[in-house]
Amino acid sequence: MTPQLVSATAPNGADHAAVPSSRQADMADMADMAEYLLWLGDDALVSAQRLGEWITNAPELEEDVALGNIGLDQLGQARALLSYAGELLGRNEDELAYFRDDVDFRCTHLVSLPRGDFADAVVRLLLVGAYSEQLYAALTTSADERLAGIAAKAIKEVRYHVEHAAGWAVRLGDGTDESHRRMQDALNRAWPYLDELFDPHPLTDHLDGIAVDPATLKEPALQRITAVLDEATLTVPATQRVAGGGRDGRPSEHLGPMLAVMQVLARAHPGASW
Amino acid sequence: MSRRPTTRRLPSASVVGALPADTDRDTLAAIGIGNPLVPMQEAPRVTATHPRVLAALGGSADPELRRVAVAAGNVVDPEIPVLTLADLGVLRRVYRPVEPDGKIVVALTPTYSGCPATATMAADVVRAAADLRSAVAVEFVLVPAWTTDDMSEQAGAALREFGIAPPGARPDPAGPIPLSLSVRCPHCDSRDTRRTSRFGSTSCKAMWACQQCSEPFEEFKVL
Repeated sequence: MTPQLVSATAPNGADHAAVPSSRQADMADMADMAEYLLWLGDDALVSAQRLGEWITNAPELEEDVALGNIGLDQLGQARALLSYAGELLGRNEDELAYFRDDVDFRCTHLVSLPRGDFADAVVRLLLVGAYSEQLYAALTTSADERLAGIAAKAIKEVRYHVEHAAGWAVRLGDGTDESHRRMQDALNRAWPYLDELFDPHPLTDHLDGIAVDPATLKEPALQRITAVLDEATLTVPATQRVAGGGRDGRPSEHLGPMLAVMQVLARAHPGASW
Repeated sequence: MSRRPTTRRLPSASVVGALPADTDRDTLAAIGIGNPLVPMQEAPRVTATHPRVLAALGGSADPELRRVAVAAGNVVDPEIPVLTLADLGVLRRVYRPVEPDGKIVVALTPTYSGCPATATMAADVVRAAADLRSAVAVEFVLVPAWTTDDMSEQAGAALREFGIAPPGARPDPAGPIPLSLSVRCPHCDSRDTRRTSRFGSTSCKAMWACQQCSEPFEEFKVL
């Protein structure tokens, strides 16, 4: 938990010593809950923004529409998650999306990587989708009913996204020499970032019964991924993982420039609406 | 294999210019002017006995609530104007808030998390209630998650008539291979169709083409 989050939930000028210990515990729980919602919401928001970059750039018009629609689903999930986090933090979803700097985001590095080749988009959608599929399935039984409701909505959308990514992975991986090579290259580039999604973290222990220990999602997600890679004649890379740290305010160097584009309008014209 | 003609003879400009304003539809159709004069398909009217309206009222006999529920149920989807909110199954509850002076609440559920039509639906509900001099607030609920099973039977018929294939049977997600049945063409009823894209003009639709009549069409996806 970061000091910033604690101060964000504490009433202004409140005398902490005067707060009953049960209230303090509630406030600590709220800060933890908000932090967890930022994990999930920021992953969805940043991924949606990257997918949006594909509109007019995909190999065919139908794929512009597809990636745009997938991004829209993720944006909807992000809004539900960030609105919830915002209620706990006393900020609204727009403030969280547009007025936080990169070090205040809690997304993993994988979702913030630059757009790259279309093969990169397919691989990332498959990896992030397989993780999200397990995550949201597990969260449908969360003790937090609101989070369980968001997960129950998201799981149906995410399953469809993974099917879409798997279809492309097989078509390109088991396609021409060129498409196979580019898929394998993209897989090699993304693979070192995969482990960060499943890193255990003290935060989920604090939220026992509400949050999911990411480590428990690894085996089923990898099963799904490797089944697709097998069919796509792609090889699981034998690469070392990168350090990660996105959950603890150490974002990838790519997040800042991406946010500059995403946030410029809201920051240049605060309160702008249409 | 018989194919429906995909082109239509266009009337000559001289014929069109010579027609009196009150020419009847059969005469127009005979010279090749037909479809543009077919009236826009309208969504089936929703009454107080619609199952979704009854469910939204939860047994309340409050006349204002009933009027608001019927009005909200009659609001149409801005992107698929033959579906009312009642037939789409997104109208969840209409109730009075705890505070005695608060606005009546209309609870809707979104079809997809990011569906941009939800904001328009909410604004249209507020406007429809305002026409009845009732002030309402719209809230969105996620639980239970909307599914295409929430759509009414007449929604399927209205979609088909509108040229959109209604949602079909649900594939078994637990099965080894997610297998779905082919989708019936809403124009010629053929099952000889193929999906051209998993995604379409809105979140809820996919794009298909009919191999029998050669027409493209959209499918409302099972969710």
